[in-house]
Amino acid sequence: MKKVQRQEKVAWIVLWTAAGLTMGLLFMIIGYIFKEGLAVINIDFLLDAPRKMGAKGGILPSIVGTVYLTVMTLVIAVPIGVGAAVYLNEYTKDGRLTQAIRFGTEALAGIPSIIFGLFGFAFFVIVLRPVTGGWSVLSGSLTGAVMVLPTIVRTAEEALKTVPMTYREGSLALGASRWQTISKVVLPAAFPGILTGIILAIGRVVGETAALLLTLGGTILMPDSLFSGARTMSMHLYLVAMETGAMDMAFGTAVVLIVTIFIINTVAGMLRKKLVARFR
Amino acid sequence: MNEKIQIQNLDLYYGNFQALNGINFSIGEKAITALIGPSGCGKSTFLRVLNRMNDLIPSVRIEGHVLMDKKNINDKSVDVAELRKKVGMVFQKPNPFPMSIFDNVAYGPRIHGIKEKGKLEEIVEQSLKLAVLWDEVKDRLNSGALGLSGGQQQRLCIARVLSVEPEVLLMDEPTSALDPISTLKVEELAQELKKRFTIIMVTHNMQQAARISDSTAFFLNGEMVEYGKTDLIFTKPHDKRTEDYITGRFG
Repeated sequence: MKKVQRQEKVAWIVLWTAAGLTMGLLFMIIGYIFKEGLAVINIDFLLDAPRKMGAKGGILPSIVGTVYLTVMTLVIAVPIGVGAAVYLNEYTKDGRLTQAIRFGTEALAGIPSIIFGLFGFAFFVIVLRPVTGGWSVLSGSLTGAVMVLPTIVRTAEEALKTVPMTYREGSLALGASRWQTISKVVLPAAFPGILTGIILAIGRVVGETAALLLTLGGTILMPDSLFSGARTMSMHLYLVAMETGAMDMAFGTAVVLIVTIFIINTVAGMLRKKLVARFR
Repeated sequence: MNEKIQIQNLDLYYGNFQALNGINFSIGEKAITALIGPSGCGKSTFLRVLNRMNDLIPSVRIEGHVLMDKKNINDKSVDVAELRKKVGMVFQKPNPFPMSIFDNVAYGPRIHGIKEKGKLEEIVEQSLKLAVLWDEVKDRLNSGALGLSGGQQQRLCIARVLSVEPEVLLMDEPTSALDPISTLKVEELAQELKKRFTIIMVTHNMQQAARISDSTAFFLNGEMVEYGKTDLIFTKPHDKRTEDYITGRFG
């Protein structure tokens, strides 16, 4: 065999192995979790409150907690993040200030989440206790919002940059104001890209544990307001495994968590596709 | 012919660079005025003076007077939104918004405060008819504008401009991105529209200027070298530089 052909063959085998290993590991992990977890899953598991610290019963409060926390985090972070991106991209020329803000968001994006958790604990839980109620959905969402803001700002900015200048010119030339142009033409055109950032943010919040243990508390009880503590599925999984050793319940929670994330991603992907295809 | 726009000693600077130098001429009402000249001669910059699109560039400074209906458009009392409503612009590349055909045409009236559905439908139909696009799109007003062909998109952009009832139409090389048949359609449309609107068209294509315009202004290096009736400019130019340009010696 010629040398070039031999190299070709070797390269193919190495690369195939790498790809195969990646896929194999993924399926192995998911398969294992489903094998261990599916046994405890039934309708009661989804709709019951936990008993014996989660070693028995269901996981409803943690499902509610996850949804509650995620929605509140987005309610806080999306307007601020998209607003910041619009300001940076539409209202300012590149200068020192915008560079400083961009540097700040880049730096924030690289900080480990536990640092945000520590800050959230010290500030939202302790200092702002009269407002937030201490460990609460509000403290947790504020912390989560700070955590995902850089992601949202950056993806929204990228999305705004892909909107052609000619759209803005066309709108302004019709006598539209800058804000009319942004709200009616630029933001709708950038929305699919902004949605990508929102999906990434959801993933980060749903998967977070450490920062939320410090700010959301982790009570096993059903959250009944913004000011009561809660736990998310990720936290429930961790706490059940560590405190009770009921691994079947932990795996069951993991299955629900994986399915939830899968559903969110699928729905968002479909929504995105629909939005992109709408005008073609 | 009535004069719609008078330009008096117009200078325009980008920072320290002078892009327009002492421009003086008057543009007739309900006629097509072609602006010709080589790339970078200032004709597009001049066009953007007329609807104040240069306001978007912070380093731009303008001196001299531009009078439209005897009123200085750079005066502080002028509402830019009103001016741009009155002076519509069609761009080099068709730039329909990523919305339905209907919403594209209704965009202008909506931002200027018209909400009533019946009224909007009427405006959309009229504008599309004026732009000779109605018959091609009347059955799919709710489908996306980006699905139209390039020529249709450009006529849609013209309809979008017409929807706010302008008096002046600025066209910045409106056919340079179109195929010959679409170009012809847009030219015919311009001929039709000049009965009601004052049209100022930047073009790279000298045949186009000769075919459709009533007057022609020749720009070179930021100066307006010669201005006059199109047939005279193309047959008996006064200036040597005009002659060299239209005979294809440079450009």
